[in-house]
Amino acid sequence: MSARWEVVIGLEIHTQLATRSKIFSGASTAYGAEPNTQACLVDLGYPGVLPVVNKSVVRMAASFGLAVNATVARRSVFARKNYFYPDLPKGYQISQYELPIVERGELFIDREDGSQKRIGITRAHLEEDAGKSIHEGLDGFTGIDLNRAGTPLLEIVSEPDLRSAREAVAYMRKIHTIVRYLGISDGNMQEGSFRCDANVSVRPKGDERLGTRTELKNLNSFRFVEKAINFEIERQIDLLEDGGEVVQETRLYDADKDETRSMRSKEEANDYRYFPDPDLLPVEIDDSFINAVQASLPELPDAKTRRFVDEFGLRAEDAGILTVSRQLADYFEAACAATAAPAQLVANWILGDLSAALNKEALDVDHSRVTAPMLASLVERIHDNTISGKIAKAVFDGLWAGEGSVDEIIESRGLKQITDASAIESIVAEVIANNPSQAEEYRAGKTKLLGYFVGQVMQATGGKANPGQVNAILKQKLDS
Amino acid sequence: MLDAPRSALLNPITTPEKPVSLDKDQVRHIAMLARLHVADDDIQETADKLSRIVDFVDQLSKAPTDGVTPMAHPLNASQRLRADSVTETDERDRVQENAPLVRDGLYLVPRVIE
Repeated sequence: MSARWEVVIGLEIHTQLATRSKIFSGASTAYGAEPNTQACLVDLGYPGVLPVVNKSVVRMAASFGLAVNATVARRSVFARKNYFYPDLPKGYQISQYELPIVERGELFIDREDGSQKRIGITRAHLEEDAGKSIHEGLDGFTGIDLNRAGTPLLEIVSEPDLRSAREAVAYMRKIHTIVRYLGISDGNMQEGSFRCDANVSVRPKGDERLGTRTELKNLNSFRFVEKAINFEIERQIDLLEDGGEVVQETRLYDADKDETRSMRSKEEANDYRYFPDPDLLPVEIDDSFINAVQASLPELPDAKTRRFVDEFGLRAEDAGILTVSRQLADYFEAACAATAAPAQLVANWILGDLSAALNKEALDVDHSRVTAPMLASLVERIHDNTISGKIAKAVFDGLWAGEGSVDEIIESRGLKQITDASAIESIVAEVIANNPSQAEEYRAGKTKLLGYFVGQVMQATGGKANPGQVNAILKQKLDS
Repeated sequence: MLDAPRSALLNPITTPEKPVSLDKDQVRHIAMLARLHVADDDIQETADKLSRIVDFVDQLSKAPTDGVTPMAHPLNASQRLRADSVTETDERDRVQENAPLVRDGLYLVPRVIE
């Protein structure tokens, strides 16, 4: 990317709130139901119906506000955003405009050099989702499923503080982590519970004035956010360097072609004529409501990361990864509580073999075949020298395959470490006898050959000898 | 993206002393936003009528409102909140009797191309 240009990005994240019922009606929000079986008369905009606000939605929005150090408005107002589209039965979306429930928050993202950067959150407002349009396989018609209509969304709008696609993704991941910690969204991106629009512009470095922005839609994975923004940055810079101009427009990211393209822009598209919804009164919440929400907040990711470093002595980077999900962090703490082994060793196993096994089967940690107590007993056996770290990998595979407990697998596979000094000594003597020339070279000063001998001994014992002991005995025999 | 409302109705382009005058293009724009068909021959008359309505309402701009909190609702009350529970049952079949075209539970509309 050209050093002459500065990139300016702001994100709008739509996160679906994890309620049982819709924001303004008692219809279910469960995912995957038969089309239109969860769209009631309120959702469908029938005459004479009246929306009533779901209390959980207000509580969830407030908890997000408190989690990002924002102002939670004691009085917020729902407004109508007017536009016509077939999946919007009422002809308007109920949203919040001038008086959103959350304003002026912030969070911190990690830079590559380990420092932190503050990203401002302009606002977060409540709104209802629209239905879904299905364009394929309907003989030239568009099919409308309104089950999603009225599903509660929290739209989180960042300040234009992000300066690269990487920062945008880091910010989005942080929001993702926070909403899942708070339990206010499942954050499921495949199901559309967490999606993002990006406003992207570039300007010559040093310029105060913002360049013309484009809005990228259809970004439903972290990878797509990064790729789409990077594509768009390149496109805008190329355009400007060739003497062209960026047109303010909405662009759609096409993941198959890895490009953004203009959505046929309609000049009236942004003329939404917001006005306060006469069907809804202002939402007023008092201090006791806010205090109750505050009291119910869980330990948040940043605090947990700090605690994992301070309390468990973890490397900061590892603590950061373990706390990305509350479930993973809980798994780590549960495993640590069940073993005397160092926490860093537990962390290494979670971030190494366990994560690899989970990824391979696309399981989340709550569905791990190796539970926290199982992993703890595995690490315990490494710690008490029953098995080596290398053998432990085989035991882990056995655990994963359901072959029994750690001790049963060690027993049945005969993996118990050889710690009997006399047994190791006789193997060492045999190895030295079988490699006379290497032994001579070693004694002549080529001490790097110790590794070779260790390897030979480990091979002879099927990896079961205690490596520390092997080292010591080898040195003693070779040096004598 | 949050853009300021640009509708002519919400942002009259005049001061209270000067009558509002909507031009024909503004009327066409508003009609299009509302998906209303206004025949070309009727546009001027519609513009005149709408202007008079806006002028009438615009008298409110003369009221001294410094220090007055904008009202969000004529009732001086706050929103009652309902518990988060599912109270509605599936009424798809009954509701879809009102739809001109359905298939496999979906409402069918003329193809919308994005």
